[in-house]
Amino acid sequence: MALAETIKTKANEAMGVNPLDAKISKSYFTVTFLALLIGGILGLVQGLNRAGLFELPSWLNYYQVLTAHGLLLILVFTAFFTIGYFYAGLSHTLGGLLPKVRKMVWIGFWMKIVGFVFAVVPIIMNEASVMYTFYPPMAASPWFYIGLVFIVLGVWMAAFGAFIQVANWRKNHKGQHLPILSFFATGVFVLLFFSSIPVAIEVFMIIPWAFGWMETINVMLSRTLFWAFGHTLVNIWYMTALSAWYVIIPKVIGGKRFSDTLTRVVVILLVVLNIPGGFHHQIIDPGISESVKYMHVFMSLAVGFPSLMTAYAMFSVFERTGRAKGAKGLFGFFKKLPWGDVRFLAPFIAMVAFIPAGAGGIVQTTNQLDQVVHNSLWIVGHFHLTLAMTVALTFFGVAYWLIPRLSGRVLTKKMNKIGVITTIIWTIGMSTMAIAMHLVGLLGSPRRTSYTTYGDNATALGWDPYLIFLAVGGTLLIVAVVMQVYNMFHLMFRAPKGEEEFPIGEEEENASKTPFWTERWSRTILIMLIIVAMAYVIPIVDFIGDPGSPPFKTW
Amino acid sequence: MHRHEKIWLTLSTAMIVGFFLIAGYQTFALEMGPPSHSETIDPQKVDEIEPFDEPGVYEVGENKYEVVMTLQIFSFTPNEIEIPAGSEVTFTMTSKDVTHGFQIAGTNVNAMVMPGYISKITQTFNEPGEYLVLCNEYCGAGHQMMSTTITVK
Repeated sequence: MALAETIKTKANEAMGVNPLDAKISKSYFTVTFLALLIGGILGLVQGLNRAGLFELPSWLNYYQVLTAHGLLLILVFTAFFTIGYFYAGLSHTLGGLLPKVRKMVWIGFWMKIVGFVFAVVPIIMNEASVMYTFYPPMAASPWFYIGLVFIVLGVWMAAFGAFIQVANWRKNHKGQHLPILSFFATGVFVLLFFSSIPVAIEVFMIIPWAFGWMETINVMLSRTLFWAFGHTLVNIWYMTALSAWYVIIPKVIGGKRFSDTLTRVVVILLVVLNIPGGFHHQIIDPGISESVKYMHVFMSLAVGFPSLMTAYAMFSVFERTGRAKGAKGLFGFFKKLPWGDVRFLAPFIAMVAFIPAGAGGIVQTTNQLDQVVHNSLWIVGHFHLTLAMTVALTFFGVAYWLIPRLSGRVLTKKMNKIGVITTIIWTIGMSTMAIAMHLVGLLGSPRRTSYTTYGDNATALGWDPYLIFLAVGGTLLIVAVVMQVYNMFHLMFRAPKGEEEFPIGEEEENASKTPFWTERWSRTILIMLIIVAMAYVIPIVDFIGDPGSPPFKTW
Repeated sequence: MHRHEKIWLTLSTAMIVGFFLIAGYQTFALEMGPPSHSETIDPQKVDEIEPFDEPGVYEVGENKYEVVMTLQIFSFTPNEIEIPAGSEVTFTMTSKDVTHGFQIAGTNVNAMVMPGYISKITQTFNEPGEYLVLCNEYCGAGHQMMSTTITVK
């Protein structure tokens, strides 16, 4: 196993980067960081408005800005990064992409771009200020939903391309374990495909209704289908970050990977348990019984288990690596970590952020505690910790070596330093904002609301001191966003030529053999579908036949 | 498996199971479950259907009140409610248009109010004062203005 891996690594190094494959990932990353730039600017606009410092011009609506910010950062930034990164991983670990697969992922790329244009034009025209959750019976222009269909189809093309690539490799490497990075990619694309089925069904219910061909729509059914997708989506981005933690980071710090078996079990658990998690967005909804909601507490909490396993695994790798380098004492190994290396520092901060973020997640999924914070700014603070810290900083950490590698350039000492500074500014800005959001949310300040004092209500005025920190954080963040985007394009087009390493961690020498059942994806998927059915059949059957709603445009 | 790893995983499991059991105890033994009323209503005929044809504050027992309320862009009917301190109030609500949220700042009252469904949530108001009621689900251009107050005397 170890020998085979060494041979493969050597072969890959000899072959270098396939320019056709690199072009795919670079195109995806270009979109990623343009989305970050525009989404970041819109984020600043909101932060300033919400703090009461900036009134939007009459031609720009707060909710329009918020819809675009959400769509750009929760969908475009993340999806394009994930696909670009995993395709680079598939190409690197499976010996180059098949020509057919390359074609599919390009078609997927353009479908997503077309879909995105269809979705964005109505937003700009203020015909789709419905947020990225687009809950019916608010009805946007039908073209907004048609855009979403194209985005989903584009994601499916990328997923199917990955499946074909992986299946082909497996056929030619019978009895071998899929390389770990491709194993993560498979898990991510399986989840992306299956979780987007419910939202596809929802959008196909919405389109005829938005065109006026159907009179009413089932509100709770649409909402439930949305969240089966919506929460899985964010967990997919988290799982993408995990792949870098388990596979890339050990190599960056000069250590070995944590147990291969445990890593694969974590992937399988996340695939199997994820989709029912979306239900915790509906804890205070009408029309769902207490017992169904209680069952879902368990379903949601279950996802916490692989995360807690990960926490152990990460610190264990840090400790072992530090001790191997001669660290002494209980926490001496911390000194041996490469703090000045942005490829490590950014993902490390991402991991630390996931400690409060994950704890907050466990709290929120518990029925009674959710009722305290549901739809408050606490939730916004939570997903800025998870997405904008844990996920985004890990993505940045990866991009600092992956983009130059794909571009035939190197991460210079100077760029590394600028990267470290960018990461620190980002961390300070995002922490300031997220902490303030958690606190003011606990006091009752709602999410998705432009600046308001509710007629100078004393309670609402008491929130203002906290809201100022949204502007402070947002201002720091825009500095970090601009620097980050500059860094990325510099590494793509301007950095000195050379060869940057694709750091893939190796197993420990005395590692025990990974059981082969981990490779049986058909069984993993079957178990996933059974759990999804347990979670959703009862509530969905319950909603069918409920009175429907006509469309409304309320903005 | 390492001994420390076993300890960690045991603690992790205990914590997750602990959260689960406490949530269950609160829901089923202490009746603190989240608002989960399961009654439907035709959202296009709310004004004609009882009790929403006459929204208002009703005394239903000693120190017990029911507030029959409709939510619509961008207001609550009735609004500016007054009730005596120490009373237990059940809010019976539905939406006449899009999805709204019903939240009373400073309390744990928090419920989604959706067209086609009737939401119910109960709260005892012991502390006199003015409570801010707000819509916490984005409902349109005037969402930030959708609020009212409950005065407890």
